[in-house]
Amino acid sequence: MITRREMLQVGAATAALVAGGGSLTRAFAQQRLTQEELLKFDPLGNVTLLHVADIHGQLMPVYFREPSVNLGVGEARGQPPHLTGSDFLKRFGISEKSAAAYAMTSEDFSALAKSYGKIGGLDRLATVVKKVRAERDDKVLMLDGGDTWQGSLSANASKGQDMVDCMALLKPDAMTGHWEFTYGEARVKQLIEGLGFPFLALNIRDTEWNEPAFEAMKMFTRGGVKVAVLGQAFPYTPVANPRWMMPKWSFGIREEDVRSQVDKARKAGAQLVVLLSHNGFDVDRKLASRVAGIDVILTSHTHDALPEAVTVGKTLLIASGSHGKFVSRLDLDVQDGAVKGFRYKLIPLFADVIAPDAEMTAAITKARAPYAKELARVVGQADGLLYRRGNFNGTFDDLICAALLKERDAEIVLSPGFRWGTSVLPGAPITMEDIHNATAITYPQVYRMPMTGERLKDILEDVADNLFNPDPYYQQGGDMVRCGGLGYSIDVSKPIGQRISGMTHLKTGKPIEPAKEYTVAGWASVNEGTEGPPVWDLVEKYIAAEKTVRIAPNTSVKISGV
Amino acid sequence: MRNMTRRAALAVGAGAVTLTVVGWNQGAHAAAKEAADDVAKFTGGKAATQGKITIELPEIAENGNTVPLTVSVDAPMTAENYVSDVLVVSEGNPNPGVVTFHFTPLSGKAEAQTRIRLAATQNIVVVAKTSKGEFYAAQKQVKVTIGGCGG
Repeated sequence: MITRREMLQVGAATAALVAGGGSLTRAFAQQRLTQEELLKFDPLGNVTLLHVADIHGQLMPVYFREPSVNLGVGEARGQPPHLTGSDFLKRFGISEKSAAAYAMTSEDFSALAKSYGKIGGLDRLATVVKKVRAERDDKVLMLDGGDTWQGSLSANASKGQDMVDCMALLKPDAMTGHWEFTYGEARVKQLIEGLGFPFLALNIRDTEWNEPAFEAMKMFTRGGVKVAVLGQAFPYTPVANPRWMMPKWSFGIREEDVRSQVDKARKAGAQLVVLLSHNGFDVDRKLASRVAGIDVILTSHTHDALPEAVTVGKTLLIASGSHGKFVSRLDLDVQDGAVKGFRYKLIPLFADVIAPDAEMTAAITKARAPYAKELARVVGQADGLLYRRGNFNGTFDDLICAALLKERDAEIVLSPGFRWGTSVLPGAPITMEDIHNATAITYPQVYRMPMTGERLKDILEDVADNLFNPDPYYQQGGDMVRCGGLGYSIDVSKPIGQRISGMTHLKTGKPIEPAKEYTVAGWASVNEGTEGPPVWDLVEKYIAAEKTVRIAPNTSVKISGV
Repeated sequence: MRNMTRRAALAVGAGAVTLTVVGWNQGAHAAAKEAADDVAKFTGGKAATQGKITIELPEIAENGNTVPLTVSVDAPMTAENYVSDVLVVSEGNPNPGVVTFHFTPLSGKAEAQTRIRLAATQNIVVVAKTSKGEFYAAQKQVKVTIGGCGG
């Protein structure tokens, strides 16, 4: 087994630059980072897997701050991917303020963003994919882990068409999904028909006959090796997202079905079995410990970017990040039906360093053209950094909560703990593109309704258990619901019903009373028939009135049991 | 041959009920005791061995009103040794009884599928009785959530 830390090359190359402190100039940073260095890879074996996941509608390079709080519970406590900031850097031997540190952690994000610039963009990805294919020829499998078609204004307005059209140029070999299903059954089927490659989901059955609703597996031959790719869609799509949008499909982890598909693949002669999974990292780690015979799990959903493969028994787990920031390259030496060696690199797509692919740039421009004016429309300005990721809050969600409190004249706001959404740098203009990057869903209505204190507690407990249940199979992979106007304490080590205490109505400073009704506004309700204005309209209105968005430090959630 | 004796698939069509009861409903303790009583009645007080039973249930229900359940018991199903009855009880519903499946050697295998209704997060307990008078048991927790904040 070869376990080289390829990513360190990037870290080492830039570490010396900041020895004197302060942030380096952008030109200097770019001078030292080269495309050649980013793509440098000592090839190995007979199969190369390229993996992207959770692009969330981002055609263009983005700023995306990784989380500073990402707690693991049970056996995952303190284990990757539940490491952040300096702990993450130490664990993987990455230098502070290096390019790798900027790409993979939240440390010094605003300052480093100015030095290293944006990351991602499908045209940069296209350059890498083409180069690897040119080098590795018939050995390459290109796999998309899903959450590709949703997450931006143009994706939402075109019902995923912009992403499908641009991704087609990358010629993926297979994909699976999650948010894709929120375009509804008819649209999903229509888009899949035009893909030209399989949409794999072994864990979806029709609700009427309990029969498989999608292709489970596809067999490929790469570098003379028979490779079985099994697809696993997000198991809790109809729970975390509106079930009424996909009433004929039933999901689930379906461990038995994974097991039987792996056996079937082996019996059919597969020498390498790859699970293209949207389970989320902790779910996949448990799955790998219980289902034998999977060589590689390409994880996704929980948006983790890890510079090394995680090994569980004989299974390699790969985490390729989100928002198009990275592409994973995994070279495998497969002999006699077993992996004899591997080499892995998480390649950060620094937009100022990797040359854009002209064909893809043109396709992106075309896809965005109908919305170009609206995307670029400036609504206000950010005083501090706006970001979303974190288990309990993010400044962009603080902004959304503030907007809904005001525009819906509510006492309390509940805003979903989605993990997608790009960052806006301090002092930068806030555009409609930024707003939609944090809100673009097909069920954006902002409801306004009375809820009792008891109901609010039930909701917080319920969502906390989705995040902190020590058994990963009961986790849904989102972050905690964001609260506006409501403070609380949470002990993440406790069972459901006992985690949340000290709920406080922030405006009055009084404890939330179980029997009292509060006026609550919120968005992304999974209930059919939810009424209200779309969330992006209210956020726009609020920012326009504020002109400059200032977010006070959020101290409303007290965390213990870590 | 198999048939369902009790309230198997009555869940269908109950409509979209908003689930306000989550995991820690106050009746849970009493219901668990009733479920244990049902099991004791079924086994005649004999201890059941863990194992031989596979329960297919979602970890988290998509719709508590109609949760797909498959139960199978690893058994030879010969005239000398077969699974005759499989009891399914709930620890969190207003009534613990869910269904009892009856099998004969002619059933070929001891496997049955149905849909059940779950009022809240709870354990489903399955107990199988063999023609030799042995008992096997297994259980699985199913969460019924409010949902809506993943992703």
